[in-house]
Amino acid sequence: MSANTFAVTDNNWETEIEKSQGLVLVDFWAEWCGPCKMVAPVLDEIASENTGKIKIGKLDVDSNQDTAMKFGVMSIPTMILFKDGEPVERLVGYMPKARLMQKLTPHLA
Amino acid sequence: MTEKLAIIGSGPAGLTAAIYAARAFLEPLVFVGPAFGGQIATTTEVENFPGFPAGLQGPELTMAMREQAEKFGSRMVEQVVEKVDLSQRPFKLWTSEQMVEVESLIIATGATPRPLGVPGEQDFIGRGVSYCATCDGFFFRNKEIIVVGGGDSAFQESLFLTKFGKRVRIVHRRDEFRAGATLQKYARENPKIEIVPNTVIETIQGNGKVTDVLFKNTKTGEKVKSDVDGIFIFVGHEPNSQLFAGQLEMNEEGYLTVDNRLHASVPGVFAAGEIHDNWFKQAITSAGFGCMAAMEAEKFLAGQEQTASEPTAVA
Repeated sequence: MSANTFAVTDNNWETEIEKSQGLVLVDFWAEWCGPCKMVAPVLDEIASENTGKIKIGKLDVDSNQDTAMKFGVMSIPTMILFKDGEPVERLVGYMPKARLMQKLTPHLA
Repeated sequence: MTEKLAIIGSGPAGLTAAIYAARAFLEPLVFVGPAFGGQIATTTEVENFPGFPAGLQGPELTMAMREQAEKFGSRMVEQVVEKVDLSQRPFKLWTSEQMVEVESLIIATGATPRPLGVPGEQDFIGRGVSYCATCDGFFFRNKEIIVVGGGDSAFQESLFLTKFGKRVRIVHRRDEFRAGATLQKYARENPKIEIVPNTVIETIQGNGKVTDVLFKNTKTGEKVKSDVDGIFIFVGHEPNSQLFAGQLEMNEEGYLTVDNRLHASVPGVFAAGEIHDNWFKQAITSAGFGCMAAMEAEKFLAGQEQTASEPTAVA
């Protein structure tokens, strides 16, 4: 876990996501997932460049299956953007930074 | 600044080219592309790569290759090349973030899974439709799985998916299978696997996620609906050559045309791996092609230097 992102789990989901204000992007990932490893540095950059505007959380699907199941995650990486606790955008698969930002920017405004 | 060599792709071909080129001090720029590691990184167990008698995981193999390439000075760029201009040297490559100029280029963009092309397929990618058992199998614990295809991949991945699924049905349009005899034997002996020959999927249906498919029997024409959670598709590959359309020669199927030293149709451009090879398609052959391409790129660049210095010598 990098300094710019934080771990989301089944246990802290309620406080960190459901009851949170503002924007949180949750990255569903796993150690065995190659594309997840590629997304990681991109998310890290986005988090550090948008401090105060968006938080980026990472949920390891291996140890947090309940939440992954609840959101119907069937392929990783899946990234779900939450605004004030509500999902507003869902992205599946690796995408380069520019494309990811294209999806996030409208919500950042 | 003009770079000596760029490599597009990060599978066994691209990374082996990077190891050889880096050791020849070409300081290659490696554009990792949309899927680090290429197809082998989506394979579970690699048991035929020489030097690893105990077998290893696909991602492990590519991570090790990457480490080896970086150790000798390859520079990994986690970007996707979106446009190229090969009309003159230096060649130009564009990503969403930058443009780079290079003296030579190795194309190792490989191939990607071919879609079935049936209604519903695109809508449910990541919601029950998958092309990668290693990536997504985990999410189908105790679920109904269908695997489409009749080749080695279909059988191999079906066996892997039995770790997760309640039942795995291999659906194939004919009653003959291209898969190797051993794999077929393993599959037929596996109590979780059912083989459904002479059948195609007509449509994929669901509601937020896949719920069922419509099967059609290719002999009788009979159609039947069947419930399913996950559909894994292994019906061949398409070369990733769209980027080079109109600039490099390719065959009707889109595989780049190369000579026996892997030179593509523009001097200074080389191809390695499944972007030109539709025959062997192994991690080890792709690695071999990567090595060849790097050695040829090195020779090409050395030749260029000589030519460039000649006029000065004369003057």
